[in-house]
Amino acid sequence: MEFSVIVKNFDFLIAQGLLGFGNFVGGTLRLAVPAIVLGFVLGIFIGLGRLARRPWIRIPATIYVEIFRGVPLVMVIFWFWFIIPVLLRVALPEYGVALTAFVVFEAAYLGEIVRAGIQSVPRGQMEAATATGLSSAQTMLYVILPQALKNMIPALVTQFIVLFKDTSLASIIGYVDLTKAAQIVNNREIRPFELYLFIAVVYWLCTYGMSLYARHLEQRFTPSV
Amino acid sequence: MTYKFDWSVLWTGQSGQWLLQGVITTLEISVLAWLLAGALGILSGALRTLPFPPLRVLAAFYVEFFRNVPLLVWMFFWYFAVPPLLPTPLQDWLFNHGAEFWAGMFALGVYHGARFSEVIRSGIQSISKTQFEAALSTGLTTAQAYRFVIIPIALRLIIPPLTNESLNLLKNSSVALTISVAELTFQTRQIETYTAKAFEALTAGTVIYLALCLSIAFVMAQVERRFAIPGLIARVARPEH
Repeated sequence: MEFSVIVKNFDFLIAQGLLGFGNFVGGTLRLAVPAIVLGFVLGIFIGLGRLARRPWIRIPATIYVEIFRGVPLVMVIFWFWFIIPVLLRVALPEYGVALTAFVVFEAAYLGEIVRAGIQSVPRGQMEAATATGLSSAQTMLYVILPQALKNMIPALVTQFIVLFKDTSLASIIGYVDLTKAAQIVNNREIRPFELYLFIAVVYWLCTYGMSLYARHLEQRFTPSV
Repeated sequence: MTYKFDWSVLWTGQSGQWLLQGVITTLEISVLAWLLAGALGILSGALRTLPFPPLRVLAAFYVEFFRNVPLLVWMFFWYFAVPPLLPTPLQDWLFNHGAEFWAGMFALGVYHGARFSEVIRSGIQSISKTQFEAALSTGLTTAQAYRFVIIPIALRLIIPPLTNESLNLLKNSSVALTISVAELTFQTRQIETYTAKAFEALTAGTVIYLALCLSIAFVMAQVERRFAIPGLIARVARPEH
């Protein structure tokens, strides 16, 4: 056991790998945070689409969710890695590819959270809002979504934990996140036990902290019935 | 750059054979990991509900540590970090018998065992306490009550979330490509490398994964209907993450 390798490379692992400050465009958090925000925006549309009355909206949204939930994330990352250069005719950097893949993939899962959140709002709210003369778009925007959002918060934090762990897969296309940073250091130092155990603990501290927070939120925001 | 489709790459040359081997390896690693995960999950899930704190803490430590760290990190850990610590004969045996497969299987099984554990725990906790008390009052010991009453009911209750987790395990077996286990995603990449036909290769891999997942979901829905205990199934909470 030679844990000095951690001390020596601490800056690279944490600043570059976890946070994304350094010579590489990288960082676990720099990928996870925009991915959850953009994924949620897309997820709102997917979730609303799944609840739509018109079949030409509902069916594509359902197919979207079923396809992305039935395919491994690794496969989706490879799809974007190959498809983006062909569609856009320019090669995007790893960051762009990884972010697109995560947003599109997570939107399927977030869409289901949004759908469950909307369905948890009692029907009377919709009827009451309509009765006051709001249009259906206004009802959704001002009455249903704000209440649904509150019910979704614990599930969203949980999904962020999943996403945070999943960003490690961006390293397979060369994105320098915490896992890739450990690989880079390991190639030089050949200390796999110390390095991988160390990043396991770093990941654990982040995710376990967040899951305690999620549990706290769950108690605070028990869905209002 | 216009892309010319050529679907024949999927059945000419070695592609078909590679895909078949990939599917077989994916199923092999998933089934073995599933058995390991099931054993670890039932054991630690049951321990977490026992009225004996030291065992509860031990099981909680296992679950919280293993499921909160990315699977990819565990793959690297079991493949690169653990074998050098093993005794030399065992190391030799491993590297002669596909060390990456066993490391991948272990990583997948131990990681998903922690996730199964949460599902099983929520199943056990959804059974009313009186079942356990009634079992004890008939003269069963705690171990017998778990073995003959609590676990059999819990396993039937948790079929839907367990199916979900099993499908996650199958999909996550693709992460084993990072330590070069020749499973389905790995073979898809291989076809792409040899033929430079990314779309066709990825489509084939994607369709196979979808077919596997949908057919397992279908079979499990039948199993669920067959084994459902009327009035009990809806009580199980969904797994956390």
